[in-house]
Amino acid sequence: MPWTPDQPIVSIQSVRKSFGALEVLKGISLDVMQGEVICIIGPSGSGKSTLIRCINGLNDIQGGSITVAGQAVHDAKLDKLALCKKVGMVFQQYNLFPHRTALQNIMLAPLKVLRQDKAEVEARARMLLRKVRLEGKEDSYPGELSGGQQQRVAIARSLAMNPAVMLFDEVTAALDPETVKAVLLTIKELAGEGMTCILVTHEMGFAREVADHIYFTDQGVIVEHGPPASFFDNAEDPRTNEFLSQIL
Amino acid sequence: MRRAWRPAPGAAPVKGALPVLLPFRAPRSGGVTRHEKLFNGWTAGGMILLMAGILISPVIAQNQIGPEALLSIPVVLAKWTPVLLGGFGFNVLISILAMGIGTVLGVGLGILQVSPLGAIRRTAWIITQFFRNSPWLVLLFYCILLIPFQLNILGLEIPFPAWIKAVIGLSLPVMAYMSEYMRGAIQSIPTGHWESAAALGLSRGQTLREVILPQTVKRIAPSWMNLYAILTMATPLVSIVGVSDVMTLTRSALAAEGRVDLLIPMYLYILGWFFIYCYPISRLTLRLERKFALKL
Repeated sequence: MPWTPDQPIVSIQSVRKSFGALEVLKGISLDVMQGEVICIIGPSGSGKSTLIRCINGLNDIQGGSITVAGQAVHDAKLDKLALCKKVGMVFQQYNLFPHRTALQNIMLAPLKVLRQDKAEVEARARMLLRKVRLEGKEDSYPGELSGGQQQRVAIARSLAMNPAVMLFDEVTAALDPETVKAVLLTIKELAGEGMTCILVTHEMGFAREVADHIYFTDQGVIVEHGPPASFFDNAEDPRTNEFLSQIL
Repeated sequence: MRRAWRPAPGAAPVKGALPVLLPFRAPRSGGVTRHEKLFNGWTAGGMILLMAGILISPVIAQNQIGPEALLSIPVVLAKWTPVLLGGFGFNVLISILAMGIGTVLGVGLGILQVSPLGAIRRTAWIITQFFRNSPWLVLLFYCILLIPFQLNILGLEIPFPAWIKAVIGLSLPVMAYMSEYMRGAIQSIPTGHWESAAALGLSRGQTLREVILPQTVKRIAPSWMNLYAILTMATPLVSIVGVSDVMTLTRSALAAEGRVDLLIPMYLYILGWFFIYCYPISRLTLRLERKFALKL
């Protein structure tokens, strides 16, 4: 069934995931519409990262279903490549390839995976570096960049594949406080341009500012969710309140 | 000379404190360490001369040779040098070929050792362990005895002289060591690189080629050069299986001269060549290790 924009672009239905005997996700459901920004928050070990890693197939699931733009992620006949083109992911540890310059990092996948024209890919890569405010760093190696700069290159690298959905897995957790701002600004601009974003984050102020919807997970289930204003000010569940009181 | 375990300036010396508990100042990166000060080129040369003296003196003492005989030794060595150098060049050739073959096979085997398919992974592991834990000389004998003198492929006769078999025999342990280095280097690369490559849609082969293998080169280079030095020093083994390398020629030269007092100087001479060839490699290895240690 083809996907139309009035349906959720990412649809997660009662997803279950275990690592051995440990059940990490115990039936999670959430829908994300195109252009929406959602934040998943919760204590560590609550399954946030696992959940978004399931969305692009990095983790498999044992139950339920995930569809991205009408494509079932955990279908045995899944075209992994088609999925990777639709979903971009940015990691906590940036994971830039240290032997390649910023520009080469961004160009690798469009050249090797999409087999696009080199001149066109390079022009787009330069444009993306400008977009993340790293003009002039084209030929820098990751080791020569600060954590925040590396993370912005990583964002540009994901964007180079023209994804429909971007996943951010605690992307500021490993950064120095002063570089966090620039990375958050980049994400905010992306969201402002209508990119569908799913973020796992501990930056509550940021979540409140950019998110359309907040999900609070604990011990593998969604405890509470809602728009930021009502979520942060009128949380009902005692677990949510306890978490918020510790973190805010 | 600086004593590493001295308390840092300002720190009160504690009676009975163990050196390991005291503040430690790491040697300056890129600077000269105490080890290097002690073993610079000149002292090394001096020590070699001293060792040569120690090794030669029993010759003189035992044979009570006169000054003329002693002075004739360099002349005899000079006379045989062209022949022996040819033999030494053969050793170098064998080492380069064995290294080349071993490296190519070892890189392949190392990649198979991290294959997602269990059967392939285990097979590669068994092959690696088998050749890594076999004596080099035994492997040489096996190759000499098992490989035929010539191979007939579609009427084409490909000869296999002993020295080619020796090259193959020596390349087997090189392959096994390279395989282990490769496995270690691949596994030392953060799994995040595999994940981000997968998230970008790169296949496993593409990830290996574009992301993982280029990063292993730096990690392997020092061990690889070290292995080459070890291999070069092992090449005289081929003389045992009948290849006319520098050792075989030395024995012939000694037989031709028929002088007992030449025995030690001649072998020492050959030893010197191996040292001159291998020592720069080990120095370079050390330098590479230090350079890469900072960047990884």
